[in-house]
Amino acid sequence: MERLEFRFAGRPGTPVAETGEALVGVVGSGNLEVMIERVDLGGGCLAVVDTSIHGFGDTWQQVLADFVDRRGLANIRLSINDGGATPAVVVLRLDQAWAGLEEGER
Amino acid sequence: MIPARHSFQEAGARARIRALLDAGTFREFCGPAQRHTSPHLPTLGMPVAFDEGVVVGEGAIDGRPVLIAAQEGAFMGGAVGEVHGAKITGLIERALDTRPDAVVLLLDSGGVRLHEANAGLIAVGEIQRAVFDARAAGIPVVTVIGGRNGCYGGTSIIARSCDRIIASEEGRLSVSGPEVIEAVEGVEEFDAQDRALVWRTMGAKHRRLIGEIDALVADDMEAFRGAVSESLGKSRPLDLDELEAEHARLAERLARFEGVSDAREIWAALGVNDPDRVSEIEADEFNRLVATLEGARA
Amino acid sequence: MDASTHPARGGWNSLARNYEARIARGHALVGGKVVPADRTTALLEAVIEPGDRICIEGNNQKHADFLARALAEAAPERVHDLHVVQSNIALAPHLDIFESGIARRLDFCYAGPQGLRLAQLVAAGKVEVGAIHTYLELYGRYFTDLTPRVSLIAAEAADRDGNLYTGPNTEDTPAIVEATAFRSGVLIAQVNRIVDKVPRVDVPGDWVNYVVEAPKPHYIEPIFTRDPAAITDIQVLMAMMVIRGIYEKYGVTRLNHGIGFDTAAIELILPTYAEELGLRGKICRYMSVNPCPTLIPAIESGFIDAIHCAGSELGMERYVSERSDVFFIGRDGTMRSNRVYCQLAGHYADLFIGSTLQIDLEGNSSTATHARITGFGGAPNFGSESRGRRHGSPAWLAAGREAHRQGMPRGRKLVVQMVETFKEGLSPTFVERLDAWDLMDTFNMPLPPVMVYGDDLTHIVTEEGIANLLLCDSLAERAQAIRAVAGYTEVGRKRDRQMVEMLRARGAVVYPEDIGVDKRLASRDLLAARSIKDLVRWSDGLYAPPARFRNW
Repeated sequence: MERLEFRFAGRPGTPVAETGEALVGVVGSGNLEVMIERVDLGGGCLAVVDTSIHGFGDTWQQVLADFVDRRGLANIRLSINDGGATPAVVVLRLDQAWAGLEEGER
Repeated sequence: MIPARHSFQEAGARARIRALLDAGTFREFCGPAQRHTSPHLPTLGMPVAFDEGVVVGEGAIDGRPVLIAAQEGAFMGGAVGEVHGAKITGLIERALDTRPDAVVLLLDSGGVRLHEANAGLIAVGEIQRAVFDARAAGIPVVTVIGGRNGCYGGTSIIARSCDRIIASEEGRLSVSGPEVIEAVEGVEEFDAQDRALVWRTMGAKHRRLIGEIDALVADDMEAFRGAVSESLGKSRPLDLDELEAEHARLAERLARFEGVSDAREIWAALGVNDPDRVSEIEADEFNRLVATLEGARA
Repeated sequence: MDASTHPARGGWNSLARNYEARIARGHALVGGKVVPADRTTALLEAVIEPGDRICIEGNNQKHADFLARALAEAAPERVHDLHVVQSNIALAPHLDIFESGIARRLDFCYAGPQGLRLAQLVAAGKVEVGAIHTYLELYGRYFTDLTPRVSLIAAEAADRDGNLYTGPNTEDTPAIVEATAFRSGVLIAQVNRIVDKVPRVDVPGDWVNYVVEAPKPHYIEPIFTRDPAAITDIQVLMAMMVIRGIYEKYGVTRLNHGIGFDTAAIELILPTYAEELGLRGKICRYMSVNPCPTLIPAIESGFIDAIHCAGSELGMERYVSERSDVFFIGRDGTMRSNRVYCQLAGHYADLFIGSTLQIDLEGNSSTATHARITGFGGAPNFGSESRGRRHGSPAWLAAGREAHRQGMPRGRKLVVQMVETFKEGLSPTFVERLDAWDLMDTFNMPLPPVMVYGDDLTHIVTEEGIANLLLCDSLAERAQAIRAVAGYTEVGRKRDRQMVEMLRARGAVVYPEDIGVDKRLASRDLLAARSIKDLVRWSDGLYAPPARFRNW
């Protein structure tokens, strides 16, 4: 297992609006679970990835940075248990997690 | 166009719970954000799951309170580890306090998580004890089987300790899995690749015909929901008379079918006219067949 | 000149005389057409001569497995240095004969599961590879310089006169038989049963020299069954893009599908997604493809008018027989497949779509992997521009308008690769340099084994979007269009964002939102069948899946 941690600027200074969480996906070969939580990170975002495939830190960095950027996220913690998912699957789960978080708050 | 079904088998543990319970009633205990994960898997370099591969909580079906657990079959084949087992045990024990109309266990598991060895075995024993405690207190415990892993090993023992078992025809129930039997007895005895044989031997239709499960439903959420709803509040006696009667039934069954080499011979002996068709028919036709057989026996 | 004294070859009919001698030896041994199974190896030793070119019928699915084993048991002192010319190397005896010296030279098309052992035997000098062909090339050479002297073929049934019934899996038999029988070659058939009267005559008995009833039915592999349960949401997304961005855009009615899960996903959303878009009757009407079970829902919902098949598929026999408006069915009520005609039909279709393992920046693609020799099969022919085509069709003309924007107007076949940017285990599909180059060096091949050349390819579809190579004006633009859909692979991450935006404005790069594909709909819920059982239900119980695909 390899643990990777990434911090993203997000929107500094954004206050925490509410709390909530969503979990999507299941850890398995070629799959992953993503938990998304609203926590006070001073407007920033944090991602912690535990992955069974070593050596893909750069790819994770890009995928996660694009996600945070595309959604304009702030105060979001992403926790990921990964069984070797492809970026396509990761992006899909991240989008589903975000949809799940928003749905839970409606 | 065939009618679209909302497949139980396709769904994950959370989606199964959502579909079986009344909308908006589910309240999860020990949810993923609390990160009650396995202490054993990281030491083996294996990924953990935030919910430990099982979702537990309470909710309502047709307005009646239930406790419910759902194993996530896609995480380690739904195998029971220490924390996984503790979540289920705790849920069932809660029934003694809250007295729901049923405890519903959605089992989808190959059995004990071998990586956790004794801790997993003990967990299975603890779940079984909790099931008997709940039943002794008059609270029905219902097992539902319809996932890809079927219900094998220790979880099959848990299932048979419950009041009722509901399964889809895709469901399987057996102590030893096909691969285990093939490995031990040889491929001539049991070809695990022959999935028609696997289902004839371990599948829900066979289990229903020989009286080991109580309801067979189509792989459809509404069908499962209906069958679970019908089981609410219905306990089966758990006493010495019941146990002795069951032992006698099993002894008679063994004596009757000991020499049989294929389930179809059993079905024929039970009065099924066309045993070769049993595997092909849909749940409703199968249930009509069962009703006819039971009517003939009564 | 006197026919009997032709100077260079001892007469004008030496092949025929040699044939008569072989048959005389064979008849001396077995006395007639019907050969007892236990005399098969002796017969082969009698009629095969050292150095012969022979074919052991090995198709995609049907195999003359009993005859292959019988040949492997021949004495290498009597039968040796054979030149094997056959499409598929799939069974152990196909290579055993090279280990024992019975055979030395090999011309073939495809070596799927035996690819690793074949590579080892080539490296050890036991197999001299003449060439790796496509099906059409090899059968083309059967009619030029690689005609077999003896062909060992497989059929479902024979009568005592040698009339053969090949059943739904006719596959390559007609091509092999035609070449062998009409150039003084010997034909030996293994059959599952000898009957008084065959249901239909697929091969006339007077072309066939010997018939053996094999102890076990010939081996058939169900290689075209894709369990819908294994199709992913991402494959559904790509299928949606193919339907909107290619089938609908060009109005593709005549096409050939590959046999992977990607194309199965397309087939399974025709009755849902394409139906909702009002595309029934407008796309996917005529197909050159095997009777893949995943086609059932599209057939049942009226999308597909006709399908011609290269082979059959286990479990589909009854369903196919009951759909004679769609499939090519004999008077006896069973299908007749034919690989060569199916390839021909596919060659002049409007579109080919398949999948591959690696694509480079020119769009060349390859399924070659290290340490294996797998070969080509039929994809290079299906997946190539048909420059000899002259008849117009809306799709062909629409693609032609994009391909030939100046000068003489022409049409263009659409050749599409549908791939995810990463394979399982995170190996990238998009690479700067194909592994095929290393394979060429390792095995002394004349060229890197490329499946579909970049200049034949028109579109690449990934989960990111579609690269339309027809609208790229230079190799540099083509490379950027490919990078644009290569996602997070190294190739993709090196894209020039400005150039990609320019290409996108031109339509050479298309993202899902550009063609109205709603990614939120991309889930397995869109599949008309999500399990093998669903396919059985769609077929009204006519499809009988092999036991290994069942979960009931």
